[in-house]
Amino acid sequence: MNTNNTSRKEFLASLVVSGLALAGCSSKGNPFDTGGTDIKPTGEKVKLLSVDGEVIEVDKAFLKPVPEMPAVSNSEARKGIPGKKFVMVIDLSRCKNLRKCQEACNHMHHIHTDLNWLKVYPMEEGEHTAPYWQPTTCMHCDQPPCVKVCPVDATFKRQDGIVLIDADRCVGCRFCMAACPYSIRVFNWEKSDMVTPELAAQPYSCESSMPQKVGTVGKCDFCPDMARKGEIPHCVSACPNGTFFFGDINEDSVTNGAETFRFSDLVKDKAGYQLMDDLGTHPSVYYLPPASRNFPFEKGLENEKGKS
Amino acid sequence: MEKIILTDEKIKSDLLPQKFGRRGMIWTAILITFCAVGLFAYIRQLQYGLIVTGMRDYASWGIYISNFVFFVAISLVGSLITAVLRLTGVHWSTPLTRISEIIAVSAITFASLIIIVDMGRPERFYNLFLYGRLQSPIIWDVTVIITYFVISLFLLYLPLLPDIQILLTRKENKGFHKLYKFLGSFWKGTHMQFHISEKAISILCVAIIPVAFSIHTVTSWLFATTYRPGWDSTNFGAYFISGAFLVGSGAVVVAMYVFRKYYKLEHYITEMHFDKMGRIVVMLALLYMYFNVNEYLTPVFKMKKSEEGFLNGLFIGDFAPIFWSAIFGGMIIPIIILLFKKGRKPFPMFIAGIMIVVGAWFKRFLIVTPTLLHPFLPMHNVPENYKHYFPTWEEWAIALGSLAGALLIITIFVRIFPIIPIQETLIEEHEKAQHHK
Repeated sequence: MNTNNTSRKEFLASLVVSGLALAGCSSKGNPFDTGGTDIKPTGEKVKLLSVDGEVIEVDKAFLKPVPEMPAVSNSEARKGIPGKKFVMVIDLSRCKNLRKCQEACNHMHHIHTDLNWLKVYPMEEGEHTAPYWQPTTCMHCDQPPCVKVCPVDATFKRQDGIVLIDADRCVGCRFCMAACPYSIRVFNWEKSDMVTPELAAQPYSCESSMPQKVGTVGKCDFCPDMARKGEIPHCVSACPNGTFFFGDINEDSVTNGAETFRFSDLVKDKAGYQLMDDLGTHPSVYYLPPASRNFPFEKGLENEKGKS
Repeated sequence: MEKIILTDEKIKSDLLPQKFGRRGMIWTAILITFCAVGLFAYIRQLQYGLIVTGMRDYASWGIYISNFVFFVAISLVGSLITAVLRLTGVHWSTPLTRISEIIAVSAITFASLIIIVDMGRPERFYNLFLYGRLQSPIIWDVTVIITYFVISLFLLYLPLLPDIQILLTRKENKGFHKLYKFLGSFWKGTHMQFHISEKAISILCVAIIPVAFSIHTVTSWLFATTYRPGWDSTNFGAYFISGAFLVGSGAVVVAMYVFRKYYKLEHYITEMHFDKMGRIVVMLALLYMYFNVNEYLTPVFKMKKSEEGFLNGLFIGDFAPIFWSAIFGGMIIPIIILLFKKGRKPFPMFIAGIMIVVGAWFKRFLIVTPTLLHPFLPMHNVPENYKHYFPTWEEWAIALGSLAGALLIITIFVRIFPIIPIQETLIEEHEKAQHHK
């Protein structure tokens, strides 16, 4: 009877420890698994409240820290942050293709360098015009062509303007990739070695877009998990030249961490524009023209070496 | 040609499904081998993911999708031969109805399968029904394809019932009697049953035409609802449908030739049938050419910057050899062959039919992939192999396996059921006899 008792305790303890959020979320493995049977009881007991409201005593050795849980449930993540309308301004005169933004984004989202969500394109408008570097994120369009074509509502538009992907629902048809005129969407063609087993075991969060799953589409998510904490996206904080500005159009302010501008003044004064807005996509990303640039274009070419 | 008197008994014994000969066995074995290799390749794809294909982020759709479009296209012939010709009071097409209907059913079956093969997460297919959103053209496609499949199945099955009754009275093919009984033992051939069946077929023939137009129009909208150069076209629905009728008719011509030769059906599929089909194919090829001119001439005339790379790629660039082969081999040369009376004899028709079908397959590839390799923004910050597309052996194996699978369904079908409707042939012969008296 004694062994039976222990396993019941283990069961309840793991239930409490792994938290309600895990229950029913993870399809992988047994959610009641304490993660190894070789744990030696220390004899030190901790009182816990079970889900039934029963006070139980558990050996301290069985307690395990909960992996970082998404701040909000995925159904909450579909709604968005009330009262917000996120916007990004990219100042093309400040970019020299350093790609710190890309590095930070790849690192923080555990994505492979082949599947950059953020790309920096060498652009040239006309034959005699000057070339410039154009960092390109998801445009988080207000009329998103990708959302229109998704057959299963796996990619969706939120009230705060952000377009996200539910990788647990995506069927991998790639219609959204064909529909996106900015070609910003990437596909997880294979299981990524950047997704560690610990990360893979975590339930998918639409707001952090992690962990990326094989056979589904991924893309820049405007880092709403950071916005919830009141912080700016990783690409914005990583850029040493302050190229990216992030903010809320309702508050009419954007910041790159060091400088803060009134959004409406900034795009008015610097003649901001949206990428291919003639298509009717209404992007949430604004570009400031590459006038009186901080760096010559050629400077950025050096950063191309050794990279794809 | 000598006139042979076709008695009821001769018609029945001529048209009965026959055992595979040596060639039939070899043919079936080849098809099964292709299917098996395709299945093996698909198992590898399930194991490792779509990384085993040549598709990458730019060319995110490849020969699976063009193969899907090809299958949907070829399936449209069922509605043309069975419904359009029937409703316009054409009688000579009777021996071709079952051929076109089985082509339609097998093609649409593999169209559905190949689209599942293309999915990154095939095990989540049910999400289309759980979370389906009406504004997505994929949901429209799923809806009309299922509808088309069901109607086609009925148009295959209902005219089969009297034939099953005939088969049940024969001592040949004893092994299939259980199946025949299961499918059609309720058919007694009463006047009432014929009346109901006729009425049902008439209704289905009317219903299948808008559904057939829908499946291929919606399939074209998978492309035309996007912004991309080469897809952003209001011409796409009509362009796809005209091409679909052409490739389907080409396939029927090929099937007519093969069945006629192999099953010795010279009295049933006559040179007259080839001549008439030849005229239809010429008309359809001219129609398709007209839409091709529409599709390419106006963009070339304007040469928009965003379309320049795409158009040059087709006409003089990487895709030019396939493009011009598909245009000449799949359209212009068949038109020239079939314009002449001598060209509308069985063998030249067979060659023209094969050219049309092969040309059409590559044409579908040209519709899907070159566009994807010419995005609006430069292809940059990606590995070098993302900038090109060539299918891997797994993709070829799966695509060929699906084509072999469609042929296998047809092959097995003709082993079990008469490929020329016996009952309808009997009725027509009786009517002819009445007429002569």
